[in-house]
Amino acid sequence: MNPKMNLKKATGEQTQIGGRPDGNNHNPVLATLLSLIPGLGQLYNRRWIKGIIFLILGLSLIIALTFPLIHGIEGLFTLGSDPETEDSRGLLVQGLLSLIVGIMFFGLYFLNLKDAHKDATKRQQGVRTPSMRQAFHDSWEHGFPYFVVVPNFIMMALIVIFPLLFMVSLAFTNYNLYNSPPAHLLDWVGFANFKALFTESVWSKSLLAVVAWTVVWTLVATTLQISLAFFLAVLVNDSRVKFKRIIRTVLILPWAVPSFMTVLVFTAMFNDTFGAINRDIFSHFGLSIPWLSDPTWARIAIIMIQIWLGFPYVFTLITGVLQSISKDWYEAADVDGGTRWKKFRYITMPHVLYATAPLLIMQYSYNFNNFNIIYLFNKGGPPVSGQNSGATDILISWVYSLTFKENNYKMAAAVSIIMGIVVAAFALYQFRRTRSFREEGMY
Amino acid sequence: MNRSMKNALEMSGIYLIVLIMFAVILYPLVWAFSMSLNPGTSLFALKLIPDNLSLEHYQWLFTNPRSNYLLWYKNTMIVAVANGLASVSIISILAYVFSRFRFIGRKNSIYTFLLLQMFPVLMGMVAIYLLLNTVNLLDTFTGLILIYVFGGLPMNLFLVKGYLDTIPRDLDESAKMDGAGYMTIFFRILIPLAAPIIAVVALFTFMAPFFDFLTPQIIIRSPEKFTLAVGLYNFINDKFANNFTIFAAGTILIAIPIAVVFLLLQRFLISGLGDGATKG
Repeated sequence: MNPKMNLKKATGEQTQIGGRPDGNNHNPVLATLLSLIPGLGQLYNRRWIKGIIFLILGLSLIIALTFPLIHGIEGLFTLGSDPETEDSRGLLVQGLLSLIVGIMFFGLYFLNLKDAHKDATKRQQGVRTPSMRQAFHDSWEHGFPYFVVVPNFIMMALIVIFPLLFMVSLAFTNYNLYNSPPAHLLDWVGFANFKALFTESVWSKSLLAVVAWTVVWTLVATTLQISLAFFLAVLVNDSRVKFKRIIRTVLILPWAVPSFMTVLVFTAMFNDTFGAINRDIFSHFGLSIPWLSDPTWARIAIIMIQIWLGFPYVFTLITGVLQSISKDWYEAADVDGGTRWKKFRYITMPHVLYATAPLLIMQYSYNFNNFNIIYLFNKGGPPVSGQNSGATDILISWVYSLTFKENNYKMAAAVSIIMGIVVAAFALYQFRRTRSFREEGMY
Repeated sequence: MNRSMKNALEMSGIYLIVLIMFAVILYPLVWAFSMSLNPGTSLFALKLIPDNLSLEHYQWLFTNPRSNYLLWYKNTMIVAVANGLASVSIISILAYVFSRFRFIGRKNSIYTFLLLQMFPVLMGMVAIYLLLNTVNLLDTFTGLILIYVFGGLPMNLFLVKGYLDTIPRDLDESAKMDGAGYMTIFFRILIPLAAPIIAVVALFTFMAPFFDFLTPQIIIRSPEKFTLAVGLYNFINDKFANNFTIFAAGTILIAIPIAVVFLLLQRFLISGLGDGATKG
């Protein structure tokens, strides 16, 4: 550093620094460079405690983690070489975790550089180094949101993000029943599984059928359940209706009973041979409908059950919104001679839809992923010839049976990636809507 | 047609629709209830109104040495209470931070949480299985609770955050003027005001273990740690027709307390979900 330059600067800004001689020859770039070894830059900034903590923490992390991280990521590439001693799945788990930890590690490292730079700049401008008490207070004051968010985010990364990454990785391996650890090693196979999914007739037929039914199921079941709920909520909300409490209580009942039980009860009721629906209702008309064994009837039954199960939640939601609409609107409409349909169309509808749109959209995504009802009702069946998916299988239940029944992990993973793409596209769409929806105040 | 005629006609239309809905809703529930009271196990001979009522299936659940029902009930309660408490505390403080603080990465974390809530936990089950296996949490309640708490976190987070956003900031700012710290503001001001939505989240998270049979099916191995959902599902899955009456009795005993709690909290559900939705 050029001493003359420093002198000149120092004399020039003497008054501003107010008797802190080392003030402005303090160099943020130097601090940042020193912090390449965590803590040194902070020491240079005369933040002693912080510097020592960073130094100890940084060095011990580097010493403890560098080798395992490199080893882990290496394992991710090779997936093991000796089936006797190595388990590819374990290597994959370790590799992905190393990757996540590594990224977090670099994030911290970067923050350390930034911190050194920030403190040095402050010092250069003559801001006093805060006392230790002040520093602790500040870090609680400014750091509070981070203390809360960061640990939870790490847990989320482990329990939600990591498993998704793992699933994505499996789609590019050859992991299935016949080639499974610990007896065999896994290999990366590139896009071979996707190629099979789209070109081999069994797979492409199944995929097409499942995707088509998933779309129909999501749209039809959810739309019907929302419409029914809306209709009933408006009816019951009519001021002339008596016994509102009792009516609402009964209408909420299907939501209050655990769904896995009601679905199983329905499975028994729809049973082709002994089911109550055929025996008690349709037998009067001389009919016996193959609810569980015919694809079309099974689909109709499952949609009806979902409407039964799903409408109470939306009903509750809409009832809440209806009660919050101010009466003035309707009175104003009465004065202007608005018909009932017009009041519904121009007051009720916009209010309810505006208020509940995000939650209603979530209903669609809920049904898209509604594994429980599909699996419990008929395990995705009845089976269809020439396909390895059942007639009522939606993507998620197909993934489940591929994974846990057939142990065909690679194909299950490939299918779930396709599912993930659909979900992500949908989510992006929703984000854009939500953002334009409520720009102000929300985020 | 005069006005009162029309009115009466409309009202009977509405009540007719409500009555039809009542029938549709109550039919399966009543059917299941009557199954549980039917003596014998054969589904073929069952009647909607049994000739002679019997409580033998309920007795079987509690007294037969082959029945693990009470054990399952206890397990589920442990998991449900732990999940409810942990979820409510984590979710409410996270929602507080997201609703009241501006910090680096806030927007992106909100988007990440929004995105994550779309992916079903099921998609990563194989990995969760292996992960829990590596940290020795497989076949433990701790592992199960962890998955429940963090798997269900994003969805409930937005319910609470949306509700907190509707509470005026002036309240906590004036408290801050008076020298209240973050935790004081959180516990003394926001929690009491957000009670309805917190009750809703407590209810949802408490009930999740009663409803879900998939996660424990994968994580829990030993039969003595089964929750009700897995236990009953496996029980009925073995011999569907033969075990159905006992299954019905077992489910009725779960459904009744849950339905009662649910209906008692109905007011909260309507106002909590409604308000959160209106302004969240």
